[in-house]
Amino acid sequence: MKYFLRKVGFLFLTVWIAVTLNFILPRLMPGNPAQAMMAKYAQQGPVTPSQERALALMLGLPTGSLWSQYWQYLGNLLHGNFGISYSFYPEPVMTVIARALPWTLTLIGLVTIMQFIVGTLLGVYAAWNRGKKFDSTATVLFSFTSAFPYFWIALAFIYLFSYILHWFPLSGGFSGSLSPAWNGVFISSAVYHSVLPALTIFITGIGGSLLGMRNNMINTLGEDYILLGKAAGLPEYVIATRYAARNAMLPIVTNFAMSLGYVVGGSLLMETVFAYPGMGYLLATAVNNQDYPMLQALFLFITVSVLLANFVADILYGLLDPRVRKGGVR
Amino acid sequence: MESLRRQAKLSSTPTESTSHGAVSEHEVLKQPGFLALLWENRKARMGIIVLTFFILMALFGPLLAPYSLSDTNFALSHPPSAAHWLGTTQSGQDVLTQLIYGSRVSMFVGFIAGALVIFIALLVGFLAGYFGGLVDEVLSLAMNVMLVLPGLPLMILIAAYMPSHGIWEIIMVMSITGWAFGGRSLRAQMMTVVQQDYVVAAKFAGERPLRVIFREIMPNMLSYIIANFFGAVIGAVLAEAGLEFLGLGNPSITSWGTMIYWAQSSDAMLNGQWAWILAPGLCIALLAASLTMINFGIDAVANPRLQEE
Repeated sequence: MKYFLRKVGFLFLTVWIAVTLNFILPRLMPGNPAQAMMAKYAQQGPVTPSQERALALMLGLPTGSLWSQYWQYLGNLLHGNFGISYSFYPEPVMTVIARALPWTLTLIGLVTIMQFIVGTLLGVYAAWNRGKKFDSTATVLFSFTSAFPYFWIALAFIYLFSYILHWFPLSGGFSGSLSPAWNGVFISSAVYHSVLPALTIFITGIGGSLLGMRNNMINTLGEDYILLGKAAGLPEYVIATRYAARNAMLPIVTNFAMSLGYVVGGSLLMETVFAYPGMGYLLATAVNNQDYPMLQALFLFITVSVLLANFVADILYGLLDPRVRKGGVR
Repeated sequence: MESLRRQAKLSSTPTESTSHGAVSEHEVLKQPGFLALLWENRKARMGIIVLTFFILMALFGPLLAPYSLSDTNFALSHPPSAAHWLGTTQSGQDVLTQLIYGSRVSMFVGFIAGALVIFIALLVGFLAGYFGGLVDEVLSLAMNVMLVLPGLPLMILIAAYMPSHGIWEIIMVMSITGWAFGGRSLRAQMMTVVQQDYVVAAKFAGERPLRVIFREIMPNMLSYIIANFFGAVIGAVLAEAGLEFLGLGNPSITSWGTMIYWAQSSDAMLNGQWAWILAPGLCIALLAASLTMINFGIDAVANPRLQEE
């Protein structure tokens, strides 16, 4: 019980830190985003004080002491009020995010799950046939690909498959001539556009889960109960799956839970390369347009989902492995 | 050639440092130095060769580059040709020249940020692991918090609010956000080392903690620290490229990351200028991969259990 309480405490602490960081950072930096906006408007012509006030009201700029601003900010968060987006003006930040979220959740979510299943299975296979051809090839290949900046792999793919071979579209989440709807034409267009991004994420991500599972599995294969199983004459596949893989899965389960948290943030650079209409691309757009309310909201969304996933992973780990609760491991 | 000489020079240092020690039988039995062993490792050797290549490229950049970096008088947006091996940019610069000069910025940022990251990680990890108790509680909490906050979004948030986007801002952002991972593994390592006899003996002899940590323990963990340092450099090189690609770097500085940024924003791909967009990314990948390879080698040499396999 103490273990779980500690984890709940840690969750609250980290969420509070993220929320507060989000509040403090803009105020630590010289000047403020609103002044930058004003300066932009001022370039187009002189800004009178009354216009400036109007602009401040329009952008929902905070007023009052730092302390009251903080409470105001916390109150807004609780009501899900993240302000008005600068770059999608006059849409509220939440509306824009709600539009981007499904794209990211389906694409990245599905690919993450697939990549984990395939990677883990291949990892089991590699560890069981350690030192053989598949194992040595896969280990070297994936350690090498993990060193690649993954957005660059995306660029290379676009060049090869879209520009040279014309197999897939260059960018976007659906054909420009369509508007989002639940019909066959639109869905097939969306699926067609998602093949290349999905492939890129799959290929860059699978190495991690393969190597992770392989190394865990090799560690468990050294345990006494595996030796006992072999001595008792159990069939190989029983030892490999029910004895070794099952125990080696533990850290993988938590890794999986954690990477589901990262799904919300999307594959940031990947989506930017493909101009895929998800959360990652939205974040890049916000950065380029200095859309600070959007930037803050996205940071909170991404961070809180990562923290929640991390919490779930910790709890799962505690439930699955009693040693953790007693403070033996980690 | 150069790598051999560098390697020979470096591998002689461990013997020198032990030669004034009291135990002389170790001298006789002394295996070839750590770096000589590393050179024996196939993966590490490949990594060292590639890394040396890039270091030389950065050092002698102005001599190697076919043109001047400020020369913008070439035909615009040319695909690769005999005069311009990697083509020219939208604004009429030679891509190969940019690539060579870019290695300087990219490697400088990567190694400096890596060094800062590992410095913070060492300090935090060692203090937490060595002292334990309350110190450990506090530092571990800080590490765990930094560890769960998603790195790239945090870097982007901080960088977006920075008033200017130079090399040092990027280095700073990466050092602030990147230390927790190394810190945790160094702490774990320290916790096991602290119980070893020579450390206990040094403590009983009344040596000050900082001396025990940095004079007694650190030399013994050097390979581990170097591996962590390379890991940090890899992270920094990749993060730098990502930040610059998103436009959070200084686009007027030529680095591999800003090259990709410009190539992407001027639709290099659609103009058939594949070399402009692929070359800098390949350099980043090769540099990161070379460090990974060296780390494999260090692992294999320092960890005998892996060596058997």
